[in-house]
Amino acid sequence: MNPAARLAADAMNAVGVGRTLDMPSEKEPQMNTETQIKETVTANDVVLFMKGTKSMPQCGFSSRVAGVLNFMGVEFADVNVLADEAMRQGIKDYSDWPTVPQLYVKGEFVGGCDIITEMTLSGELDQLFEQNGVAYDKDAADKIREANA
Amino acid sequence: MPMQPQEIEDLIRAAFPDARIVVQGDDGVHMSAMVIDESFRGQNRIQQQRAVYAALKGKMDGPSGELHALALTTKAPE
Repeated sequence: MNPAARLAADAMNAVGVGRTLDMPSEKEPQMNTETQIKETVTANDVVLFMKGTKSMPQCGFSSRVAGVLNFMGVEFADVNVLADEAMRQGIKDYSDWPTVPQLYVKGEFVGGCDIITEMTLSGELDQLFEQNGVAYDKDAADKIREANA
Repeated sequence: MPMQPQEIEDLIRAAFPDARIVVQGDDGVHMSAMVIDESFRGQNRIQQQRAVYAALKGKMDGPSGELHALALTTKAPE
Protein backbone atom coordinates (compact mmCIF):
# COMPACT_ATOMS: atom_id res chain seq x y z
CA MET A 1 0.00 0.00 0.00
CA ASN A 2 1.36 3.45 -0.87
CA PRO A 3 1.92 5.96 1.96
CA ALA A 4 -1.11 8.09 1.05
CA ALA A 5 -3.38 5.06 1.06
CA ARG A 6 -1.90 3.95 4.38
CA LEU A 7 -2.62 7.37 5.83
CA ALA A 8 -6.22 7.33 4.64
CA ALA A 9 -6.73 3.82 6.00
CA ASP A 10 -5.30 4.82 9.38
CA ALA A 11 -7.54 7.86 9.48
CA MET A 12 -10.51 5.64 8.82
CA ASN A 13 -9.55 3.28 11.61
CA ALA A 14 -9.27 6.20 13.98
CA VAL A 15 -12.89 7.10 13.34
CA GLY A 16 -13.91 4.06 15.32
CA VAL A 17 -17.18 2.40 16.13
CA GLY A 18 -20.54 4.08 16.19
CA ARG A 19 -19.68 7.04 14.02
CA THR A 20 -20.73 7.87 10.53
CA LEU A 21 -17.83 7.14 8.25
CA ASP A 22 -17.51 9.78 5.61
CA MET A 23 -15.33 8.34 2.93
CA PRO A 24 -12.73 10.98 2.19
CA SER A 25 -13.80 12.54 -1.09
CA GLU A 26 -10.35 14.00 -1.68
CA LYS A 27 -8.81 10.55 -1.46
CA GLU A 28 -6.06 9.48 -3.80
CA PRO A 29 -7.57 8.16 -7.03
CA GLN A 30 -5.45 5.02 -6.68
CA MET A 31 -6.80 4.39 -3.20
CA ASN A 32 -8.16 0.92 -3.68
CA THR A 33 -11.84 0.66 -2.81
CA GLU A 34 -11.47 -2.99 -1.90
CA THR A 35 -8.72 -2.13 0.58
CA GLN A 36 -10.86 0.66 1.95
CA ILE A 37 -13.78 -1.74 2.52
CA LYS A 38 -11.55 -4.36 4.09
CA GLU A 39 -10.10 -1.82 6.51
CA THR A 40 -13.57 -0.57 7.44
CA VAL A 41 -15.08 -4.00 8.14
CA THR A 42 -11.97 -5.02 10.07
CA ALA A 43 -11.85 -1.88 12.21
CA ASN A 44 -15.54 -2.01 13.16
CA ASP A 45 -17.37 -5.03 14.58
CA VAL A 46 -20.62 -4.12 12.85
CA VAL A 47 -20.75 -2.15 9.59
CA LEU A 48 -23.77 -1.32 7.47
CA PHE A 49 -23.19 -0.20 3.89
CA MET A 50 -26.35 1.69 3.08
CA LYS A 51 -28.02 4.40 1.01
CA GLY A 52 -28.01 7.44 3.24
CA THR A 53 -26.89 7.42 6.85
CA LYS A 54 -28.24 5.70 9.91
CA SER A 55 -29.81 8.94 11.05
CA MET A 56 -31.11 9.78 7.58
CA PRO A 57 -31.56 6.69 5.41
CA GLN A 58 -32.45 7.37 1.78
CA CYS A 59 -33.96 4.05 0.82
CA GLY A 60 -36.63 1.93 2.50
CA PHE A 61 -34.48 -1.18 2.59
CA SER A 62 -31.51 0.60 4.12
CA SER A 63 -33.88 2.27 6.51
CA ARG A 64 -35.31 -1.03 7.65
CA VAL A 65 -31.94 -2.61 8.49
CA ALA A 66 -30.59 0.55 10.13
CA GLY A 67 -33.86 0.76 12.06
CA VAL A 68 -33.50 -2.79 13.38
CA LEU A 69 -29.92 -2.17 14.49
CA ASN A 70 -30.81 1.16 16.08
CA PHE A 71 -33.80 -0.34 17.86
CA MET A 72 -31.68 -3.22 19.14
CA GLY A 73 -29.14 -0.73 20.45
CA VAL A 74 -26.31 -2.15 18.35
CA GLU A 75 -23.26 0.07 17.89
CA PHE A 76 -22.49 0.12 14.20
CA ALA A 77 -20.60 2.11 11.63
CA ASP A 78 -22.59 3.24 8.61
CA VAL A 79 -21.11 3.84 5.19
CA ASN A 80 -23.21 5.90 2.80
CA VAL A 81 -22.66 4.45 -0.66
CA LEU A 82 -24.52 7.36 -2.26
CA ALA A 83 -21.68 9.64 -1.17
CA ASP A 84 -19.08 7.73 -3.16
CA GLU A 85 -19.67 6.25 -6.62
CA ALA A 86 -16.61 3.98 -6.35
CA MET A 87 -17.92 2.64 -3.06
CA ARG A 88 -21.39 2.11 -4.50
CA GLN A 89 -19.99 -0.31 -7.09
CA GLY A 90 -17.05 -1.48 -4.96
CA ILE A 91 -19.16 -2.93 -2.18
CA LYS A 92 -21.12 -5.00 -4.71
CA ASP A 93 -17.90 -6.38 -6.16
CA TYR A 94 -16.44 -6.99 -2.71
CA SER A 95 -19.31 -9.17 -1.53
CA ASP A 96 -20.44 -10.45 -4.94
CA TRP A 97 -23.89 -9.21 -3.96
CA PRO A 98 -25.86 -6.89 -6.26
CA THR A 99 -27.81 -4.83 -3.75
CA VAL A 100 -27.41 -2.40 -0.86
CA PRO A 101 -27.82 -2.45 2.17
CA GLN A 102 -25.17 -4.94 3.19
CA LEU A 103 -24.43 -5.87 6.78
CA TYR A 104 -21.00 -7.03 7.97
CA VAL A 105 -20.26 -8.49 11.40
CA LYS A 106 -16.61 -9.05 12.35
CA GLY A 107 -15.58 -8.67 8.73
CA GLU A 108 -18.06 -11.26 7.43
CA PHE A 109 -20.88 -10.40 5.04
CA VAL A 110 -24.14 -11.39 6.74
CA GLY A 111 -26.73 -10.42 4.16
CA GLY A 112 -29.02 -7.81 2.70
CA CYS A 113 -32.39 -6.53 3.83
CA ASP A 114 -34.37 -9.75 3.33
CA ILE A 115 -31.83 -11.93 5.10
CA ILE A 116 -31.45 -9.53 8.03
CA THR A 117 -35.23 -9.31 8.37
CA GLU A 118 -35.57 -13.10 8.41
CA MET A 119 -32.67 -13.46 10.85
CA THR A 120 -34.15 -10.83 13.15
CA LEU A 121 -37.51 -12.59 13.28
CA SER A 122 -36.02 -16.07 13.70
CA GLY A 123 -33.59 -15.00 16.43
CA GLU A 124 -30.56 -15.94 14.32
CA LEU A 125 -29.36 -12.34 14.41
CA ASP A 126 -29.34 -12.48 18.23
CA GLN A 127 -27.25 -15.65 18.04
CA LEU A 128 -24.85 -14.08 15.57
CA PHE A 129 -24.33 -11.06 17.84
CA GLU A 130 -23.87 -13.31 20.88
CA GLN A 131 -21.34 -15.51 19.09
CA ASN A 132 -19.37 -12.43 18.07
CA GLY A 133 -19.55 -10.59 21.37
CA VAL A 134 -21.62 -7.74 19.93
CA ALA A 135 -23.74 -6.00 22.58
CA TYR A 136 -27.44 -5.70 21.82
CA ASP A 137 -30.73 -5.28 23.66
CA LYS A 138 -32.42 -8.68 23.83
CA ASP A 139 -35.70 -7.16 25.08
CA ALA A 140 -35.83 -4.84 22.08
CA ALA A 141 -35.20 -7.79 19.76
CA ASP A 142 -38.05 -9.68 21.45
CA LYS A 143 -40.30 -6.64 20.99
CA ILE A 144 -39.60 -6.67 17.25
CA ARG A 145 -40.54 -10.34 17.12
CA GLU A 146 -43.70 -9.80 19.19
CA ALA A 147 -44.78 -6.95 16.94
CA ASN A 148 -44.30 -9.11 13.84
CA ALA A 149 -45.65 -12.38 15.21
CA MET B 1 -37.79 -0.10 -18.06
CA PRO B 2 -39.87 -1.82 -15.39
CA MET B 3 -40.05 -5.58 -15.58
CA GLN B 4 -43.14 -7.70 -15.81
CA PRO B 5 -43.61 -10.37 -13.13
CA GLN B 6 -43.64 -13.00 -15.89
CA GLU B 7 -40.32 -11.77 -17.21
CA ILE B 8 -38.77 -12.09 -13.76
CA GLU B 9 -40.26 -15.53 -13.32
CA ASP B 10 -38.95 -16.65 -16.73
CA LEU B 11 -35.40 -15.57 -15.88
CA ILE B 12 -35.52 -17.42 -12.57
CA ARG B 13 -37.22 -20.40 -14.22
CA ALA B 14 -34.39 -20.73 -16.72
CA ALA B 15 -31.95 -21.32 -13.87
CA PHE B 16 -34.32 -23.28 -11.62
CA PRO B 17 -36.57 -25.31 -13.96
CA ASP B 18 -38.22 -27.33 -11.18
CA ALA B 19 -38.61 -24.59 -8.59
CA ARG B 20 -41.81 -23.27 -7.10
CA ILE B 21 -41.68 -19.58 -8.01
CA VAL B 22 -44.06 -16.84 -6.95
CA VAL B 23 -43.42 -13.30 -8.17
CA GLN B 24 -45.50 -10.47 -6.78
CA GLY B 25 -45.68 -6.71 -7.14
CA ASP B 26 -47.16 -4.60 -9.88
CA ASP B 27 -44.92 -1.60 -10.41
CA GLY B 28 -42.17 -3.68 -12.01
CA VAL B 29 -39.53 -1.91 -9.95
CA HIS B 30 -40.25 -2.99 -6.39
CA MET B 31 -41.06 -6.66 -6.64
CA SER B 32 -40.93 -9.73 -4.48
CA ALA B 33 -40.11 -13.28 -5.39
CA MET B 34 -40.28 -16.53 -3.49
CA VAL B 35 -38.21 -19.38 -4.87
CA ILE B 36 -38.42 -22.86 -3.41
CA ASP B 37 -35.97 -25.27 -4.96
CA GLU B 38 -34.33 -28.55 -4.05
CA SER B 39 -30.92 -27.17 -5.04
CA PHE B 40 -31.08 -24.81 -2.03
CA ARG B 41 -30.89 -27.68 0.43
CA GLY B 42 -27.75 -27.37 2.51
CA GLN B 43 -27.00 -23.85 1.25
CA ASN B 44 -27.14 -20.81 3.49
CA ARG B 45 -29.35 -17.88 2.53
CA ILE B 46 -26.49 -15.92 1.01
CA GLN B 47 -25.66 -18.81 -1.33
CA GLN B 48 -29.32 -19.29 -2.21
CA GLN B 49 -29.95 -15.65 -2.97
CA ARG B 50 -26.68 -15.26 -4.90
CA ALA B 51 -27.89 -18.05 -7.18
CA VAL B 52 -31.18 -16.24 -7.80
CA TYR B 53 -29.43 -12.91 -8.40
CA ALA B 54 -27.14 -14.69 -10.87
CA ALA B 55 -30.21 -15.93 -12.75
CA LEU B 56 -31.42 -12.34 -13.04
CA LYS B 57 -28.25 -11.50 -14.93
CA GLY B 58 -27.59 -8.00 -13.69
CA LYS B 59 -31.20 -6.81 -13.85
CA MET B 60 -30.92 -5.94 -10.17
CA ASP B 61 -28.45 -3.15 -10.57
CA GLY B 62 -28.91 -1.88 -14.08
CA PRO B 63 -28.03 1.81 -14.41
CA SER B 64 -31.60 2.45 -15.54
CA GLY B 65 -32.75 0.86 -12.30
CA GLU B 66 -34.60 -1.77 -14.25
CA LEU B 67 -35.42 -3.70 -11.12
CA HIS B 68 -34.58 -1.51 -8.18
CA ALA B 69 -35.56 -3.98 -5.55
CA LEU B 70 -36.54 -7.58 -5.48
CA ALA B 71 -37.46 -8.84 -2.04
CA LEU B 72 -36.30 -12.43 -2.06
CA THR B 73 -37.40 -15.41 -0.06
CA THR B 74 -35.50 -18.59 -0.79
CA LYS B 75 -35.75 -22.04 0.74
CA ALA B 76 -35.58 -25.74 0.07
CA PRO B 77 -38.87 -27.66 -0.06
CA GLU B 78 -40.14 -28.83 3.35
